[in-house]
Amino acid sequence: MAHLRKTLVVVGHGMVGHRFTQAAIERGLTETYDVVVVGAEPRPAYDRVALTSFFEVGADALSLLPEGEYDDPRVRLVTGVEAVGLDRDARTVSLSDGSELAYDELVLATGAAPFVPPVPGHDLPGCFVYRTIEDLEAIREAAGSARVGAVVGGGLLGLEAANALAQLGLETHVVEMAPRLMAVQVDDAGGATLRRHIESLGLTVHTGAMTSAVVERDGRAAGLELKDADPVEAEVVVFSAGIRPRDQLARTAGLEVAERGGVLVDEQCRSSDRHVWAIGECAAPAGRMYGLVAPGYTMAEVVVDALLGGPGAFTGADMSTKLKLLGVDVASFGDAFAATEGALELVFADAVAGVYKKLVVSDDGKRLLGGVLVGDASAYGLLRPMVSSGIELPENPEGLILPAARASAGSATDAMPDEAVVCSCNNVTKGDILDRVARDDEPCADAACVTKCSRAGSTCGSCKPVVKKLVEDHFAAVGKVVDKSLCEHFPLTRQELFEVVAVHGYTRFDDIVAGHGRGRGCDICKPAVASILASQLNGHVLDKDTRTLQDTNDAFLANIQKNGTYSVVPRIPGGEITPEKLIVIGEVARDFDLYTKITGGQRIDLFGARVEQLPAIWRRLVDAGFESGHAYGKSLRTVKSCVGSTWCRYGVQDSVQLAIDLELRYRGLRSPHKLKGGVSGCARECAEARAKDFGVIATEKGWNLYVAGNGGANPAHARLLAGDLDTETLVRYLDRFLMYYIRTADRLQRTAAWVDSLDGGLDRVREVVVDDALGLGTELEEAMARHVDTYFDEWKATLDDPDKLARFVSFLNAPDVPDPHISFTTERDQVRPAEPDGPVVLGTTIGVGAPVGSGVAR
Amino acid sequence: MSAGEATAVDLLGAPEDARTWEPVCRLHDLEVEGGAAVLVRGEAVAVFRTHDDRVFALSNYDPYARASVLSRGIVGTKGGAGNGAGEERPFVASPMHKQAFDLRTGQCLDDATVRVPAYAVRVADGTVLVGPLREHTDGAAQGASAEAADEGG
Ligand SMILES: Cc1cc2nc3c(=O)[nH]c(=O)nc-3n(C[C@H](O)[C@H](O)[C@H](O)COP(=O)(O)OP(=O)(O)OC[C@H]3O[C@@H](n4cnc5c(N)ncnc54)[C@H](O)[C@@H]3O)c2cc1C
Repeated sequence: MAHLRKTLVVVGHGMVGHRFTQAAIERGLTETYDVVVVGAEPRPAYDRVALTSFFEVGADALSLLPEGEYDDPRVRLVTGVEAVGLDRDARTVSLSDGSELAYDELVLATGAAPFVPPVPGHDLPGCFVYRTIEDLEAIREAAGSARVGAVVGGGLLGLEAANALAQLGLETHVVEMAPRLMAVQVDDAGGATLRRHIESLGLTVHTGAMTSAVVERDGRAAGLELKDADPVEAEVVVFSAGIRPRDQLARTAGLEVAERGGVLVDEQCRSSDRHVWAIGECAAPAGRMYGLVAPGYTMAEVVVDALLGGPGAFTGADMSTKLKLLGVDVASFGDAFAATEGALELVFADAVAGVYKKLVVSDDGKRLLGGVLVGDASAYGLLRPMVSSGIELPENPEGLILPAARASAGSATDAMPDEAVVCSCNNVTKGDILDRVARDDEPCADAACVTKCSRAGSTCGSCKPVVKKLVEDHFAAVGKVVDKSLCEHFPLTRQELFEVVAVHGYTRFDDIVAGHGRGRGCDICKPAVASILASQLNGHVLDKDTRTLQDTNDAFLANIQKNGTYSVVPRIPGGEITPEKLIVIGEVARDFDLYTKITGGQRIDLFGARVEQLPAIWRRLVDAGFESGHAYGKSLRTVKSCVGSTWCRYGVQDSVQLAIDLELRYRGLRSPHKLKGGVSGCARECAEARAKDFGVIATEKGWNLYVAGNGGANPAHARLLAGDLDTETLVRYLDRFLMYYIRTADRLQRTAAWVDSLDGGLDRVREVVVDDALGLGTELEEAMARHVDTYFDEWKATLDDPDKLARFVSFLNAPDVPDPHISFTTERDQVRPAEPDGPVVLGTTIGVGAPVGSGVAR
Repeated sequence: MSAGEATAVDLLGAPEDARTWEPVCRLHDLEVEGGAAVLVRGEAVAVFRTHDDRVFALSNYDPYARASVLSRGIVGTKGGAGNGAGEERPFVASPMHKQAFDLRTGQCLDDATVRVPAYAVRVADGTVLVGPLREHTDGAAQGASAEAADEGG
């Protein structure tokens, strides 16, 4: 090859432009090409498919290139710059910053733009589209001061946008010109069922309604004028009436474009100029544009292949889609409208349950051609690959859509041929997935790893259950048992152990290990059993039968620190404290010479207490009305709050009161891991509630409940479980959520990891907690009620019991002699542990600051 | 950590002193599968009582955490019948970072190069006595059986 390197310019850094660049690097195209990528948006590519979750997770979490640049020095990415001109003769692209780029090959990946019908008023302030992060930021901003929103367009995207408006607290209307919602994907009967679901989300649907103008008031949008119908009031208007390929650059440069827009390209995605290629939504292979990400990804691979001299071709794509809406399952795949000659339809409809399912099968009943699923799309991941692989249907294909069909999912994954595409977003086949787990070189051990390595399930996620099933079946088939044992003493998971204990009514570790385990337990199973017993019985953790099961923190009702002393944290519910109580904490800290620090959970931590000082410290605290803060327990820590509507000029609800109520309700609740909560009094979210296991954010209408967040090493934002709840419903859902977690999570599994580990993830939690799909609701609430009724302060109970107190000594045979290993120095006017240099013998070395007797100076 | 062990004896400088038995507590003061710290000749010693009623004593000093805490660890067993991992070993897990120490020898079960000092123990008339530091022998130490000692005493 010549030594001269060539230049490849990519215009557009969206999902497909990014995929192309990634593939170019991975497949070695950068060995011969320098690649320059020009993107008009201010940030690198992000996951537009998941755009709506921006409201929940923010922009960073959506990024497809979090590092901001590619890990290949031959690739240069320029963002915030638009390509404004194309000179095909000179082979240059001119940019909005005035510069010019020469290319040998040019790839257009400019995507599409929302189509805004040119009705009067369409460009008024208050009118938006739903395409970029900036669009969503602007919508959120406008929603803050609006009451009603309207979305023009009742298709896939329109419904997603409408639901987002509703989530932002707006009364929301959907205005659709066609006689039904999602007209492109769903037939009339399915559309009717879908409409009921959408209305049950609180949205108002207008079908057969043509928008004729945007009403203006004070220079802003104030509503929609409809043809032949009453106008709709709305201060926020979102247009979602279809998309148009962004083909201007190609058009002005004289490239051929398709009749309905899009750069006309051949099977190799090459345009009428042999050095210009087009991929993604701006391209129209054989005259047709594709408004989904998967075909775009295929086009990206095809062009990389072509530039490497390979034979790849784009010959059409699977247009299956699934609506990503809270609690509404809609999927359409293959020939959903039975357009194929002789196609037969099998329909299952349950109006009461709001389920409509239709399969379209070939005239001989042997092959699945397509289908529509509304209300229950659980079979989607399974059915879609059956269409693309063309495998023969089972004898009674209706079994695939009847409610009991879930159980037969197993046989259907078996029947799938290896070529069947399981993940259509990333074109991953069943064979690819099995290869990931069966290969000799670094095989994947679980479905999460397969998703990471093969990308299967990493885009829209709808195939995740199938990926998991395939992986599990594989391991079962090769006889590899995935060991879920708690430890060497119990061949059970924590959840199984929890059930065993509940069913048998065990109260003692001895009985449990004798009946279901072996040996005498260890530091893993003993605290797990202690936690399970505490969750079920709510006894005192220092009772005779459970005392020796406790980790040292629970065993001394305090948090051990590096020098063997403990820290003390009294409960300060919601972070609210009277000056008198604050003074008591100060006095105790001063009198016992404790290092004092304010925690992130809005309370005060007192460090450096020796075991033998704990009772005296707590005597003072309990007398002043404090109780245990359980900072030492795998249990509820705090419910953090902002100051709320009582004082804050922005607050819309009394967040402090709710935080106190919740903290008092769940205090002392032992759980698989620590639990934290937060309550914010308005959308400004000053309590950082979404960094908690449960976070409550006030809305004008009530409370939004978010779950499964945490800070720490693997931060996770809590996700919306249910919105606009009254306080009673909120507490009911929380009771159920927490008890469900306590019963089924693994040991030391925070709520975020637990939700991710459930089949169906957050949707599953919502089914159980909100829809009560398992019929467990009452039982979970009763379990919580028992906890609330039997709560007592374990520090007070300890002080009242000489037996329990007997253990709070430095040495059994010298209870008044402080441990000589503990010594302090001073730093910033407070004590701190002195660095130890080895075992200490009393009489030879005595720790400073530790007068014999005790540190109490009254 | 054998340095610590050596100093402990040397500092006292009286070998016969170290060989005497010091009563530290009553057996019933010790919880079954629990531990407690006692002071023996100026040193912090952790005494443990296992499920089968044997009593063991180790230095209370956790060489990893460099703190006097071992008596506050969880007591259990590792290995043994059915696990294909040899004999069942009684152990304590450090309350700091969970390293396991064999109660009989002080040997760290997570790191063959680390051992904490182990003491001889006896139970007589319901009283627990801690004796001299034990020379390291390969897992042979058996601890004091409360029953046997009571009969013998
Ligand atoms: C809310 C929403 C939900 C969606 N849900 C799904 C779904 O569930 N499933 C699915 O398959 N698809 C879904 N899509 C569609 C999917 O996002 C698109 O198919 C995909 O993003 C197309 O990728 P692209 O790279 O072709 O276009 P884009 O991602 O739009 O990227 C094009 C980029 O090019 C830039 N650009 C344009 N012109 C220029 C220029 N002249 N110079 C420089 N840069 C330029 C643009 O700013 C943009 O950043 C959804 C889309 C939205 C908006």
